[in-house]
Amino acid sequence: MQSVSPRSLFPVVCGADTYGSALFFHKRRWMFESEVSSLKTNGPSAKVELGKSQKFRFHSKQIVPYLFIAPAVILFAIFMLYPIIYSFVLSFQTNDGGQFVFAGLDNYMRLFKDEIFIKALKNTFLILIIQVPIMLFLALVLATCLNSALLKLKGFFRVSFFLPAVTSLVAYSIIFSIMMMGDGIINKFLMSIGLDAVPWLSHPVWAKVALIIAMTWRWVGYNMVIYLAAMQNISEELYEAASIDGASKIRQFFSITIPQLKPVILFTAILSTIGTLQLFDEPYTLTKGGPSDATLTIGMYLYQTGFRYFDFSYASTIAYVIVVLIAILSFIQFKISGDER
Amino acid sequence: MSQRKLLQKIGLYAVLTVGVIISLFPFYWAMIGATNESGKMFSSTPTLVPGTKLIENITNLNESIGIGRVMFNSLFVAGTYTVLSLIICTMAAYAFAKFHFKGRNVIFTIFLLSMMIPYHATVIPLFKMMAAFGWLNTYKALILPNLAYPFAIFLMRQNMLAFPDALIEAARIDGAGEWRIFFRIVLPSMKPALAATAIFLFMYQWNSFLWPLIAVSSEEMYTFPVALSSLFGLSRIDYGQVMAGVTLATVPIIVFFLALQRHFISGMLGSAVK
Repeated sequence: MQSVSPRSLFPVVCGADTYGSALFFHKRRWMFESEVSSLKTNGPSAKVELGKSQKFRFHSKQIVPYLFIAPAVILFAIFMLYPIIYSFVLSFQTNDGGQFVFAGLDNYMRLFKDEIFIKALKNTFLILIIQVPIMLFLALVLATCLNSALLKLKGFFRVSFFLPAVTSLVAYSIIFSIMMMGDGIINKFLMSIGLDAVPWLSHPVWAKVALIIAMTWRWVGYNMVIYLAAMQNISEELYEAASIDGASKIRQFFSITIPQLKPVILFTAILSTIGTLQLFDEPYTLTKGGPSDATLTIGMYLYQTGFRYFDFSYASTIAYVIVVLIAILSFIQFKISGDER
Repeated sequence: MSQRKLLQKIGLYAVLTVGVIISLFPFYWAMIGATNESGKMFSSTPTLVPGTKLIENITNLNESIGIGRVMFNSLFVAGTYTVLSLIICTMAAYAFAKFHFKGRNVIFTIFLLSMMIPYHATVIPLFKMMAAFGWLNTYKALILPNLAYPFAIFLMRQNMLAFPDALIEAARIDGAGEWRIFFRIVLPSMKPALAATAIFLFMYQWNSFLWPLIAVSSEEMYTFPVALSSLFGLSRIDYGQVMAGVTLATVPIIVFFLALQRHFISGMLGSAVK
């Protein structure tokens, strides 16, 4: 689901110490050499040589960066840029007896009348609206707990919570599917504490709940680590001042932690939105889109259209609907957080 | 005060312990499933202790999907991908971070924007392209498409920004070539960032599902997620086998993660933790 990762926000700042000492060492050497070279550059020949090497350096410096980016740019152009553009073109075409011909907005019009697509759209949005806030809230709570000064074994908790995010989407979906079957361990547990068994995978509503639970399990720790990183930048003084004023921990959470983390929360919200709109692996494995399309997502419908019915142009149209939705939702999220600030 | 603190502490540990149990139980359950016979997980009195059927389950699994082949495919694809992508992305990141050149910002922005485009939008043209090249069902099809991974470039660039220009300049004045500067001076100090990016790339490729599902149709080329999915899609499912497969697919990535997690998480947490 979330294919973009947020580590970007938190550059690894390597030990400044290493830099410092290396720099010092180099400076000294450089100074020494410049002293030597200043001794040498008395004759006219030395001057010419210096000019030459400077010119050469200037020249090579122009090419060097292009050499460094060349492999990435070439691969990116072939396997990313070209497909993105080609897919856009395809979305306006239709397959007419093996030939792709221009069809204008036909595919897009077809989408509005396509009941299965609309159902997939609704399912995806329902999951998005419920799952993302729950997941992000839990992640914030866990991060706050892990950030507490009272806690020991932080490393153990951090790794334990992050471990689900390492597991393959297919593997964890299978595990959850087996745990959530009618006579699976989760129902056994519910019955043992006096509750009724839940038809997790065979009821249209519960199947969505099952999907939401599974996705939350997988992604909470991931978001937690991001928040934990951002929390290192919140000044301790804010909390101290609040404690002195008698604000409870819960109050501090809502009036210090959340406002301070707002940009990061926005960031994770956008990432999760992008991920959920592309949701494929989980419903494909866990619920197989069922029962009766109750958990069919846009991503799954795209796959079915493209690779079961081989309607490439219509599938491309669906892909571009996802692109547009991501753009719109990201924009809205930026707006909301901007206005409040 | 201290009593309140004690209560807080107890509450904290209680919440986190429940969290850890929920977080780790599915892994444990997969292991239970892998070591017991198929029906055991669904019996009226489910066992919570590891059984003795692991070898049997693995043998059956091997007959169904050919573990050696699948494991090799997954390891080879993810390993090769990680090494190549790390080199390609780090090189590009270095140029973006430490050189001024025409088009730098435009190219970098395009890379960044592409992260917003869902993978689905590229899958169909990629499929047609691979079909045209005759590369379906090959390692090329699995490895090549995402080598220039924008996120990895971005991550490495962010890290390289912090690298002092003076050091690079000093090396140039000392007469070191650009390649030498990159490999001998810049890269060695990027180890934590490289480790974090490597884990990220390896995990991404090891767990990748949609593209292998599309690009590969012969069982010989199946990676773990595709093989597991096909096994789980059968009408008669042997759950012991499936759980053995899930466990086998999960153990390497967890080992890989645990071995490098110090770098990974500290990479994410930045300098604050060190």
